[in-house]
Amino acid sequence: MTQPKIRIRGLKKSFGGKTVLDGVDLDIMPGTGTVVIGGSGTGKSVLIKSILGLVTPDAGIIEIDGEDVLKAPRARAKKLRAQIGMLFQNGALFDSLPVWENVAFGLLAERKVRRSGARAKAITVLAQVGLAENVANLSPSELSGGMQKRVALARAIASEPAIMFFDEPTTGLDPIMGAVIDELIVDCVRRLGSTSIAITHDMASAQRIADQAAMLYEGRICWSGPAAGLLTSTDAVVEQFTHGRAQGPIKMALRR
Amino acid sequence: MNFLVEAIAAIGSAVLKAVALIGELTLFALSGLSHMVRPPYYPRLVLRSLMEIGFFSLPVVALTALFTGMVLALQSYTGFSRFDAESAIASVVVLSITRELGPVLAGLMVSGRAGAAMAAELGTMRVTDQIDALSTLSTDPMKYLVAPRLLASIIALPILVAIADILGVMGGFLVATEKLGFSADTYLINTFSNLRVEDVVSGLIKAAVFGFIIGLMGCFNGYRSKGGAQGVGAATTSAVVASSILILAMDYALTQVLFFK
Repeated sequence: MTQPKIRIRGLKKSFGGKTVLDGVDLDIMPGTGTVVIGGSGTGKSVLIKSILGLVTPDAGIIEIDGEDVLKAPRARAKKLRAQIGMLFQNGALFDSLPVWENVAFGLLAERKVRRSGARAKAITVLAQVGLAENVANLSPSELSGGMQKRVALARAIASEPAIMFFDEPTTGLDPIMGAVIDELIVDCVRRLGSTSIAITHDMASAQRIADQAAMLYEGRICWSGPAAGLLTSTDAVVEQFTHGRAQGPIKMALRR
Repeated sequence: MNFLVEAIAAIGSAVLKAVALIGELTLFALSGLSHMVRPPYYPRLVLRSLMEIGFFSLPVVALTALFTGMVLALQSYTGFSRFDAESAIASVVVLSITRELGPVLAGLMVSGRAGAAMAAELGTMRVTDQIDALSTLSTDPMKYLVAPRLLASIIALPILVAIADILGVMGGFLVATEKLGFSADTYLINTFSNLRVEDVVSGLIKAAVFGFIIGLMGCFNGYRSKGGAQGVGAATTSAVVASSILILAMDYALTQVLFFK
């Protein structure tokens, strides 16, 4: 049986008295694209930040290539996590650096290219996400939202990561630009043969970029299956969420 | 009775929070210092921070020192003339500037300018996920963001204070010779005859410590800021207030150590 690229068991995380993750179990198979859906504040970002090491879980196992990164020595855990590329929700581009330095940042940090060759490499990667050379010297603040997302994607794929995370990749974009970004994501992931996890609220995007889907509800994965089956699922929680119904098992905490 | 229990609980909670904060700050400082001496190094970032903290703070520090020296000469004259002790003005100006006013005023000015900027920059990076992004790009944010700023602050402050010392003495000299009618030669002789190397060195030691405090409080408050624009604003205010108070407190402690051995 194929070993999962990422295997998560019993992952728990609380902030103060609030339990966000309450025993998440999830297998991400190599070469697949998985989308994690769930309402706002259900812990989707905490889940991927836990895998990235940006949040320390209270309990559980996170295995990458069969090794538990939570128990591995720091240097080993860092090496295992170095194969992850991340596209942040708002791009998180470094506004003190020009576009090309943003794109080449990881390559320079890992000493994969010399500074003299970094710009040329960055321009090559920018071309892969449909951006011209004249963008390279601009500051991120000079770019539109869609272009910033492309630059962030270029930065994430520049070091050709084996695993890619996408945090709400289409948020804040118009539907056409959202579809363009999704196409780029699918294209990059296929070209690199990466394993990917995306978190999103956008059902159209979820269907475009993922093979598998999992729904996070009350701190656990309450449903998982093919992404194509999301909109036809008879699970009451998934059905309410994907169709955006106010009535159903998911109760929003509203103050009136 | 309930009121008493609640009051004690509130005090206890505040003490626990304060102890936790001191622990967090200590660990942050130790981590920042250890990253300063361990590779990889980022000389370009140190140079950039030196420009931000040192070079661009020079006008405000220079003007502060110049006017302080001028005011000091004027005030000393009005006070000392009552006792026919005008000849002591040069010594008072140079000793006050080099031992105390140079480092303290430069520290407070740089704290308000560069410390606030550091907290705002790192705070914005925190709330826009840029610090998390660094971690995902195989870069330790403590090494990349904090260590260069700490090192640059420690280097920049003594340089600024050395310049402030010269300008402060010059301010006193200008007022004494141009307004109060002192002889330039006599004023300079009085200035240097009572000035010892340790007066200048103690001021530079203070400046290095104040630089560390400014860098530390700017980075610490920015690094742990949260909650969007309001959080960044709060981090900036905390950085300036905390570093200003720490500078004044540390000034007393260092004066005790350096001059009352």
